[in-house]
Amino acid sequence: MDFSLTDEHRMVQEMVRDYAQREIAPIIKEYDRKQEMAPEILPRMAELGLLGICLPLRYGGQGMDYIALGLVCEELEAVDSSMRVVMSVHVGLNCLGLFQWADEEQKEAFLIPQARGEKIACFGLSEPGAGSDVAAIQSTARRDKGNYVINGEKMWISLASKAHHVMWVARTNPDAPDPHDGLSAFLVELDRPGITRGDIHGKLGVRAGSTGWISFQDVRVPEKNRIGKEGEGFKIAMSALDNGRYTVAAGATGLIRACLDESVQYANQRQAFGRQIGKIQLIQAKIAHMVQSYDAARLLYLHAGWLKNLGKRNTRQTSLAKWFATDASFEAASQAIQIHGAYGYSDEYNVERYLRNARGAIIYEGTSEIHQLIQAGYALGLRGDAPLRKELPAYDRDKWQENCSE
Amino acid sequence: MNIVVCIKQTPDSAAKVVAENGQVSWGDSPLVMNPWDEYAVEAALTMQEEQGGDVTVISIGEEGVKDALKTGLAMGCSNAFLISDPAMQNADSQAVARVLAAAIQKIENVDIAFFGRQAIDGDMGVTAAQTARVLGWPILSLASSVGAVNGSIRVERNVEEGRQVVEGKLPVAVSVVKDIGDPRYPSFMGIRKANRATIPVWTLADLGIEAPDTNVRWPEIMNPPEHEITNEIVSGDSPDEIATILADKILSEKVL
Ligand SMILES: Cc1cc2nc3c(=O)[nH]c(=O)nc-3n(C[C@H](O)[C@H](O)[C@H](O)COP(=O)(O)OP(=O)(O)OC[C@H]3O[C@@H](n4cnc5c(N)ncnc54)[C@H](O)[C@@H]3O)c2cc1C
Repeated sequence: MDFSLTDEHRMVQEMVRDYAQREIAPIIKEYDRKQEMAPEILPRMAELGLLGICLPLRYGGQGMDYIALGLVCEELEAVDSSMRVVMSVHVGLNCLGLFQWADEEQKEAFLIPQARGEKIACFGLSEPGAGSDVAAIQSTARRDKGNYVINGEKMWISLASKAHHVMWVARTNPDAPDPHDGLSAFLVELDRPGITRGDIHGKLGVRAGSTGWISFQDVRVPEKNRIGKEGEGFKIAMSALDNGRYTVAAGATGLIRACLDESVQYANQRQAFGRQIGKIQLIQAKIAHMVQSYDAARLLYLHAGWLKNLGKRNTRQTSLAKWFATDASFEAASQAIQIHGAYGYSDEYNVERYLRNARGAIIYEGTSEIHQLIQAGYALGLRGDAPLRKELPAYDRDKWQENCSE
Repeated sequence: MNIVVCIKQTPDSAAKVVAENGQVSWGDSPLVMNPWDEYAVEAALTMQEEQGGDVTVISIGEEGVKDALKTGLAMGCSNAFLISDPAMQNADSQAVARVLAAAIQKIENVDIAFFGRQAIDGDMGVTAAQTARVLGWPILSLASSVGAVNGSIRVERNVEEGRQVVEGKLPVAVSVVKDIGDPRYPSFMGIRKANRATIPVWTLADLGIEAPDTNVRWPEIMNPPEHEITNEIVSGDSPDEIATILADKILSEKVL
């Protein structure tokens, strides 16, 4: 068993750490207060190649592996969750969904510009009336002369107002005996007629990110925009979530690290009762728990990433990593505030933002309750992984980096 | 333009460096490209973008120093060479300069050799000048910007009294400071290239030189004396009142 990162991993990690610390850390509080996404973020992430990091060069990506994707998410969320959310929806949910399920023509048309960062992509599954219960989706897509006509509303969609493309899940067969089998996935360009969208304000966290709604009214979409077969929408969405959840797990790990680092720094400096508070055992216990959470969360996500590299199914491991890391990151942020005392309760320090940001990840990409159901389901033999018609390709460094005129 | 950048591998600037039994120790913190040298790489790559040509990054040290050279490749340098020889174990800056000069000569037709202003470990800041001396080249030190004008090079230097513009004929050695501009991040293309590259290793024999003498030793290394630090937060009803209390305290502590 080899736990070491490659030189490539370390270089990617350092590059992204530098980027996030140098360019994002100094401005993030301002944008968090304004409840806006800093306008330079998406173009800069595109320019750096982050938006296609783990896709082959021939699809406009950078040819790194799934571990590198996780490391990038960890580094980004150590500064702000809104940065990692971009990786989750654009790369994890959308690009990797296309990579797994789209045909070659669709990869040419949609994946390449997305991986290059020329087109920003989001993921539209949740609706005002359907979140955890995906089978309750109301949006419909009906066939009409070689096209589909899509109606419905998506809610809580990250990057709703910024994206050019959405992966949209709609019902194509209202009569399917199992409603899961009545869903289909579409890659829709958001400049089509009949589309309106906007941001939601007043969120508890990820305020420097965009979360919004998208409404489709008789939106005509050619058949070639349907990803996979009719009726495969649920499977495609769940595959996408296997990758989205991985990025959330890795990101939450970074959030724990940020809580730990700032707590250590503060505990070494703040004095109470004539000594540094870091010398007080009750404070030490909090720090020790953060260390424990960080190491465990990191092992869990890296293990999931390793399975992805091998092309092995990782639904259970990814769900576990996501559930553990997000719950632990909220606890770490809460304890980090406690260590900072009143100062932690104000936005002079970062830890209050960490707490607000950590909260969302316990809800999106499967609530903690849903992940408990998943874990119990596997353990009790109530659930298994049926093979998919298309699996996420295993990482192959030579193939992914070939065709570089470098 | 044929450009060489001479870099050193040092402990990370965040490392806690302490003296233990007369030896310097930085615990298990990572070794990186000397942060000042990143500015030299940036200057070299900017020059190459304007003038064309190659940027070769070189360093002296053991196998592990290839990591720092790879960072140079990942940032966009075209080639890298490592000079490694057991005879260089405790080399002083003069010996290093002789070896760097020999390597620069082996690369041939070099127009500019870039250096960082100093290495954050030894903090001597003399390698650039000494290497220039061995090569018999002019040295333009502590440059804050660099430009080429047909056959010569023009640099700006920030000095306490103002700014100087200095021109020198090629070939030339240049040491740079921070004002040159933030070093670029490695690119993914660079990272892929760096990890596929095999970095050739030269011994002193390959450079055609004998082990140079080392005349400077570091017989004793000590930690700085410990300072007693206490914190006090000054509070008051108005900024004026706080400022007055603070000023009084500063005066009574004889800080000013
Ligand atoms: C910041 C943010 C960004 C988001 N981004 C996206 C996005 O980009 N794309 C997208 O499609 N969605 C996105 N979402 C939506 C998110 O995925 C949903 O909010 C989530 O799936 C939960 O659905 P819900 O909010 O409708 O809650 P509900 O499903 O209504 O759940 C309410 C409560 O009931 C519990 N519950 C529900 N069913 C069960 C059950 N069977 N057993 C036990 N407990 C249960 C839940 O755990 C929860 O506590 C985002 C949400 C947030 C907050």
